[in-house]
Amino acid sequence: MVRLERRAKPSALWAVLAPLVAVLITMCAGGILFAVLGKDPFEAIATIFWEPLFGEFAEFYRPQLLVKGGPLVLIAIGLSLGFRAGVWNIGAEGQYIVGALCGAGVALAAYPAEHALLFPAMILAGLAGGWAWAMIPALLKWRFGASEILVSLMLVYVAERLLKAMSLGVMKNPDGMGFPGSRNLQDYPSAHNAEIFADTGLHWGVVAALIAVIASYVLLSRHVLGFHIRLSGQAPRAARFAGVSPGRLMLFCMGVSGALAGAAGLFEVAGPAGQIGISFNAGYGFTAIIVAFLGRLHPVGIALAGALMALTYIGGEIAQGDLGLPAAAIQLFQGMLLFFLLAVDVLTHFRLQFARKGTM
Amino acid sequence: MYYPLPPRPCSANRDYPRQTTAIRETRVTEPLLRISGVTKTYPGVIANEDVSLDIHSGEVHALLGENGAGKSTLVKMIYGLIRPDSGGMQMNGAPFTPTQPRAARAAGVGMVFQHFSLFDALSVAENVALGMEDPPRQRDLAARIQDVSQAYGLPLDPHRIVGDLSAGERQRVEIIRCLLQDPRLLIMDEPTSVLTPQEVDILFQTLRKLTDEGVAILYISHKLEEIRSLCERATILRRGRVVGQCVPRDSSAREMAEMMVGSSFAAPARTRRDLGDVALEVRALSLPPAHAFGTALRDISFAVRRGEVLGLGGVAGNGQDELLAAISGERRAARDMVHLSGDPIGHLGPAARRGKGLLTVPEERLGHAAAPDMSLTENAVVTGAQRRALVQRGFVQWGTARRFAEEIIAQFDVRTPGPDSAARALSGGNLQKFVIGREVLQAPNVLVVNQPTWGVDAAAAAAIRQALLDLAADGVAVICISQDLDELMELSDRFGALNEGRLSALRATDALSVEEIGLMMGGAHGMVMAHV
Repeated sequence: MVRLERRAKPSALWAVLAPLVAVLITMCAGGILFAVLGKDPFEAIATIFWEPLFGEFAEFYRPQLLVKGGPLVLIAIGLSLGFRAGVWNIGAEGQYIVGALCGAGVALAAYPAEHALLFPAMILAGLAGGWAWAMIPALLKWRFGASEILVSLMLVYVAERLLKAMSLGVMKNPDGMGFPGSRNLQDYPSAHNAEIFADTGLHWGVVAALIAVIASYVLLSRHVLGFHIRLSGQAPRAARFAGVSPGRLMLFCMGVSGALAGAAGLFEVAGPAGQIGISFNAGYGFTAIIVAFLGRLHPVGIALAGALMALTYIGGEIAQGDLGLPAAAIQLFQGMLLFFLLAVDVLTHFRLQFARKGTM
Repeated sequence: MYYPLPPRPCSANRDYPRQTTAIRETRVTEPLLRISGVTKTYPGVIANEDVSLDIHSGEVHALLGENGAGKSTLVKMIYGLIRPDSGGMQMNGAPFTPTQPRAARAAGVGMVFQHFSLFDALSVAENVALGMEDPPRQRDLAARIQDVSQAYGLPLDPHRIVGDLSAGERQRVEIIRCLLQDPRLLIMDEPTSVLTPQEVDILFQTLRKLTDEGVAILYISHKLEEIRSLCERATILRRGRVVGQCVPRDSSAREMAEMMVGSSFAAPARTRRDLGDVALEVRALSLPPAHAFGTALRDISFAVRRGEVLGLGGVAGNGQDELLAAISGERRAARDMVHLSGDPIGHLGPAARRGKGLLTVPEERLGHAAAPDMSLTENAVVTGAQRRALVQRGFVQWGTARRFAEEIIAQFDVRTPGPDSAARALSGGNLQKFVIGREVLQAPNVLVVNQPTWGVDAAAAAAIRQALLDLAADGVAVICISQDLDELMELSDRFGALNEGRLSALRATDALSVEEIGLMMGGAHGMVMAHV
C-alpha cells in the first residue's frame, strides 16, 4: 500500500524536478495519445520538440520562439503575482483582447498621421485597456465578494464578442473590400511593432517581457510589496496581521496582471498579428496560466517555461502540417502538461510511504 | 515490567502499601488494553519507542507528557488512526490491531478529541448521526441522546444548533457521541482546556460515574493538579519513551512535572512593581461579529498601566480572538474606542499601531503569528518591519532581518538549525518562543498576548512567562489573554474574564478565589450541576 506522508518542509529538489518530470510524463502520455490517433509517437514528439530548434527549417522557426514566447511570458509574469497572493485572474485572454482593441483603436483613430509618440501612446492604451478589463472582476470582488475566477473567466467570452463586433464594425478596414478585420498595422510605420533586428523575432513585446521578468524578480525577492504578495498567498491571516490590506493587494495584483496582458495584446496586434480580426486571440491568455505554474510562479522559471510552451505551439503547428495531427491534440498536450505538473507537485510537499508488511 | 498498582487506590488511605503480594493478587484479571513494546517512527523523529502500558477496566489512567512526548501518537494508534511499526496491543487478551477508527470503535474504544469535529450549522442530533455507522431515525436518536445525557449528568438539548453551543456543551456532544456506542475504553485528549472550573466539576462527576460502571478512561493532560484529583494511575512519556509510572495522588505536582521535563525548572519570579501612566485604554469597545459564528464584542472598557500585567480569562470563543484583533488593528473600530498613551488609535491599521509601540501576539502560531512555509528571517519581517527598520524605501533589508532573526533565536533559546528554517519545522514551544521574542525585542510600549503558552512544553512555558514578567518589570504594559487560570494567577496583577463578548469587572488577583473566578467566567453557562 502506498501512502502520502507530509514532509517537514517542502522539498527543494522536487520543486525543481517536478516540472522536468512533468514534461517527461507528458511526452509519454502524449506519445500514447498520438499512437492511438494512428501516428508514430516518436516522430510526433520529435516533430514537436526537435524540429523547431534543430530541424531542416529551424532557421525559420527559431525566431518564432521569441514571437510566441514573448506574450506568454509577459502575461504569465503578471498572473504569477496574483497567483502568489491567492488572487486568481483566469481571464487574461479577455484582458489581452481588450488591450489589443484599445491599442489598435488609438492607431486606427490616428491613421494615417505619422508621429513618433504614436506607438508609446498605443502601449499606454493597451496597458489601460487590459487594466480596466481586469478591474471589472476586481471591483466586483472588492465590493461584493464575487469570485474573481468566474467573473474574469466569463469576461473572456464577452471580450471575444467585443472582438468580433469590432472586426465587423467600427474597426473594419474601409479599404478591405468587405472582409472582416481592421487595417494592417504592419503597413502603418508609426504604429508598427517591428522587429528590432530583422529576422530575429525580437520585437518590443519581447523586450517588455524581459523587463517584466527582471522587475518581478526584484519585486518578489527584494521589495516589501513582493514580500506582502508572498505572505498573503501563503498565510492570509498572517498578512493581515502584518498590516497588509487584502482588498488593496487584490486590486494591485488584478491590475498588474490585466495591464500586462493588455500590453501583450497590443504588441501582438501591432506586430506579428498586424490587425484586429475575428480570430485574433490564439489562447495565449489561457496558456500563460500553464506557463506561470510550470515556471513555479518564479520569474526565471516562467521565462524558461514560456520558451517551452512556445516550442509546443510551434512544434504543434508543424505536426499539424506535416503529420496531420488535429489542433485539439496539441491543446490536449499542453493541458496534460499542467495536469501532470500539478500531480507531480504533490511530491514537493509529501513523500511516498510504502507500508511494509508483517510489522504488526 | 512495571510494578502493578491497585486499580483504585483509596485516596483516603495515604499509607496504602504499594507493592505487597496482596495487591498482586488483585491483579489476576487481564488488563482491558495491554500495549507492549510499541514503536512508531516518522522521518527524523521517533514518536514512540518501546512503549508498554496496561489499562484496566474502571480506572482513570493519565497519560502525561510535554508536547511532542508522543501522547497523541500513542492514542492515535489505539484509535486506529495510525499503525505501529512494531510491537502490539491486546484487548481483553486478544490481539488488537485496528486498521481504522471504525474497527477501534467496534472493539469498544471511543475518543474525544481536543479539537471538536462538529458542524456548526447542524443540530446536536444531526451531528451525532453523522458519526454513526447506521444512524437511527432522528426522533429515536434525539430520545437516546436525552437518555444518555441525563444518565450521565451531561445536560444537552439534542435539537440545538451546534454553532450556538459553548465549548463545554460542544464537548458534551462529543462525549455523548462516544457514550452512545457503549465504549469500554474512553480516550480523552486534554478535555478541560476549554472548560470553566464548574464545567470541569460536571465532567469529572461524569467520568467517575463511567468508571464506576467499569469503563476505562485514558486521560491525556498536562494539568497536574487535575490529574492528581481524578486519576488512579499515570504513565509519563518523554521523547516517545515511558519514563515512569506513578499514583498521582501520592506524588506531588512538582515531582510529576520534573519527570515530564526530565529536569527541574524555575518557576517565574514575580516582583512588585510601581505602576506608571495608563498605556492602553479601551473605551466602550463594541464590534459586530466578523463571521456567522463569531462573537460580538459588547461595551468593553479597561485600562492598563505601564508595568502592569492584566490577565484576561474566559472560556474559548467568548471574544478573545475578537478582542485581540480589535487591539492589534486587524479589525478597526471607531477612533475613540482604543487609546494608546492618550492618543486615539481605534481607526489605525496594524502597521501604524506597531509603529506607535502597540505589539500583539495572536493565539494561532502557524498561519496567523507566523507564515508556516516561510523562513524565520522572513517571519521576522512580518511584524518587525516598522520598529526594527527592516524595510527601507520600500525594500526589505534581508541582512538586517536575518540578524534580527538570529538575535531572537539566541536570546529566546529557540531550538532550530538557524534563521533559514521554515516556521513549520519548529516545534510548538520553539515557534512560540520565536513569535513572543520577535515582539519583546522590538521594545513595545504595550504587549498583548493571546494564549502565550498554549500547547507549549513546561520549560518553554516557564521561559515565556518569565519574559512577560521581565517586560512588565521594565515598565511595559502587558495584557495576557489565556484560558489557563494557573498561568493568569501566576502572571497578572489584575484579572478580568470575557463572557459572551463582555468583560467582567477587573479584580486584583491576590484576593480572588477559584469560585469567584468561575463566576466571573460566566459559571457553567447557566447549567445546573450534574445530579449523579
